[in-house]
Amino acid sequence: MSLPSELPPRQDIGVTGWMRKNLFSSWYNIVLTLVAAYLVITSAGPLLNWVIFEATFTGESAADCNGEGACWLFVGQRLNFFIYGFYPDALQWRVDIMFGLLAVAFVPQFVERFPRRKWFGVFGLTGLPLIGYILIPGGWFGLEEVQSSRWGGLMLTLILAYVGILAALPIGIVLALGRRSDMPIIRGMCVVFIEVWRAVPLITVLFMASVMLPLFLPDGVNFEKLMRALIGITLWQSAYMAEVVRGGLQAIPKGQYEAASALGLGYWRKTGLVVLPQALTLVIPGIVNTFISLFKDTTLVLIIGLFDILGAVQSTITDPAWRNVTTEGYVFVAFCFWIFCFGMSRYSQNLERKLDTGHKT
Amino acid sequence: MNESNMTPSNGARPKPWNNPKVRMFVFQTLALATVFWFGWTLFHNTLSNMESRGISTGFGFLDETAGFGIIMTLIPYDSTMTYGRTFFVGLLNTLLVSAMGVVAATIIGFVVGIARLSSNWLIAKLALIYIETIRNIPLLLQIFFWYFAVLQTLPSPRQSLDVADMFFLSNRGLYFPTASAEPEFGWVMAALITGIAAAVFVHRWAKKRQLRTGQLFPALRVGTLLVLALPLLMFMLVGRPLVWEMPSLTGFNFTGGASILPELAALWIALSLYTASFIAEIVRSGILAVDRGQTEAASALGLRSSFTLRLVIIPQAMRVIIPPLTSQYLNLVKNSSLATAIAYPDLVSVFMGTTLNQTGQAVEVVAITMAVYLTISLIISGLMNIYNRAVALQER
Repeated sequence: MSLPSELPPRQDIGVTGWMRKNLFSSWYNIVLTLVAAYLVITSAGPLLNWVIFEATFTGESAADCNGEGACWLFVGQRLNFFIYGFYPDALQWRVDIMFGLLAVAFVPQFVERFPRRKWFGVFGLTGLPLIGYILIPGGWFGLEEVQSSRWGGLMLTLILAYVGILAALPIGIVLALGRRSDMPIIRGMCVVFIEVWRAVPLITVLFMASVMLPLFLPDGVNFEKLMRALIGITLWQSAYMAEVVRGGLQAIPKGQYEAASALGLGYWRKTGLVVLPQALTLVIPGIVNTFISLFKDTTLVLIIGLFDILGAVQSTITDPAWRNVTTEGYVFVAFCFWIFCFGMSRYSQNLERKLDTGHKT
Repeated sequence: MNESNMTPSNGARPKPWNNPKVRMFVFQTLALATVFWFGWTLFHNTLSNMESRGISTGFGFLDETAGFGIIMTLIPYDSTMTYGRTFFVGLLNTLLVSAMGVVAATIIGFVVGIARLSSNWLIAKLALIYIETIRNIPLLLQIFFWYFAVLQTLPSPRQSLDVADMFFLSNRGLYFPTASAEPEFGWVMAALITGIAAAVFVHRWAKKRQLRTGQLFPALRVGTLLVLALPLLMFMLVGRPLVWEMPSLTGFNFTGGASILPELAALWIALSLYTASFIAEIVRSGILAVDRGQTEAASALGLRSSFTLRLVIIPQAMRVIIPPLTSQYLNLVKNSSLATAIAYPDLVSVFMGTTLNQTGQAVEVVAITMAVYLTISLIISGLMNIYNRAVALQER
């Protein structure tokens, strides 16, 4: 004979139950909740007012801003500069094509059931940079040339991050393989390279690239400023990439190496066909995380005088034609970065969950 | 692979290009030669380029007069001193903001990380929002925000906000009173040292007694009391031997007292908040990594929950936390170089910026700066490795 099950006591279920359990479970939780709630309520109101209710969204010039809330009008008016820098208006369709292709290559990666999404990713790593190399600077196939000193804004941020990671990946793989090699001299050189770059701040690397690189090169060879920054970023980033890849290499069970050797595969085929494919799949989340930090670090190029999105905003917020729009400018850039970085970090967490084969101890 | 694989069964020696030892030797010689050739080419190019541009070489410039002022120095400095002196000024400023940042980031990070695991839903969500907002926004932007959008919009010195006429906050920074010690202050220091020694002694004695009898003694509380009360008592006894110097407004700025410049404050706030968001996640994952069974075992032994936390959970969590925490400290020190963007006179700003511009000796200046960061990194990771070894799991 069993008794029919009873409902739990009323104070343990529903909204009251949830609140008792999660907000008011003990005396110090009650105090914490009340203090936190007070802070949230007193700050959320003015914040919402500033961002939305009292903000100015439409108008022509600074005179239309009411001075009460945020002046989003400023961002709207300058948006073109924030995205394209000094890229000529008539040629911006080329950049737009690249933005479109970027979306085509990477949006499918977020959709689980998208057909052939792997190939979209491969296109993103191979075809996309090639098209970009032709389209953005121009000078080929009758396209008008645009000097790199005129690139800027969000577009430059994306170029720096994208080229940085793409060029650093192969160098990083080679360095990681070198660090795990049996040859002491090669291993030593890789260790020194990796540790030195990882120990110095990116700013010093950028300074070095901008003031010392010209001294290193033979007479007559000279790179423009953007190219120098890219070289510095790539070398610095490849050291971080090498450590990520090394983590993946270390996670491959010894049996895989032995099985490949037993099949009679030499070093290169063993590495290329058995070890690397597994190791790289394992470290995709790590690569995405490295990419996120590189993406944030590209803002440092403004210190050596390149106009990335932060640089573009920083140079306009002091515009005397507008009243004090410092905060609006920063909030806009922060929002742009937040969208990209938060999206990518969610993506990498998803991947981590999906790639977890349950082998971890 | 064993050696017998290398020798074919017919007894012939392997072809030299199939012999792994020969191949290793050839590869490494080639690699070494390439690196040497590359290095020599760079060296040669640099020398000839510097010659054609009339840049002198060597470290002689360190003894020349710098001739520029620095807004904040921890050691006496004026513009008649040498470039070598500017190096130390910058280095000390870097170390100052790094040390301040490490302390603040650790405290905020641990608090937020624990709050993230709180059973209180509101607190946990607020911690989550903090982490996800701060760590997804570039640090440089945050430094700019605190400097240009917050601190620069504070009132001017004349209208500065003040607390009890002792602390003044304006767009020139935070000014606060300083104390200078009179000779009798030595007694207070002596009392402090005695207090610390007594606390250590009590701690040892309590541990011995616990091993012998199993009885607990509140060594931590008694020790804290000793360290705090003894110097305070002595301070009162010898007649409060401190002279306070108050900041006061003279002309356009404050004189007297000490100050935190807005540059330092902005850098410190941004570095601490940014690094703390990463430390919080490290702390959270460290605590989650401790098996639930450990808590259950501790309570089965009858340990109070505060003891469970202090003696069981935290020591085990620290093992997971220390290595990534080390990299965060290193990142913080490296990120302090962003100071140059708001002209806080750190090493990069003073030495790699102004000094390099004035002397033009890029190679030497960049090399010295990089060597400094390399040394700091090696020291921090060395210290943390020692600590890590001390707390690591001893497996037999």
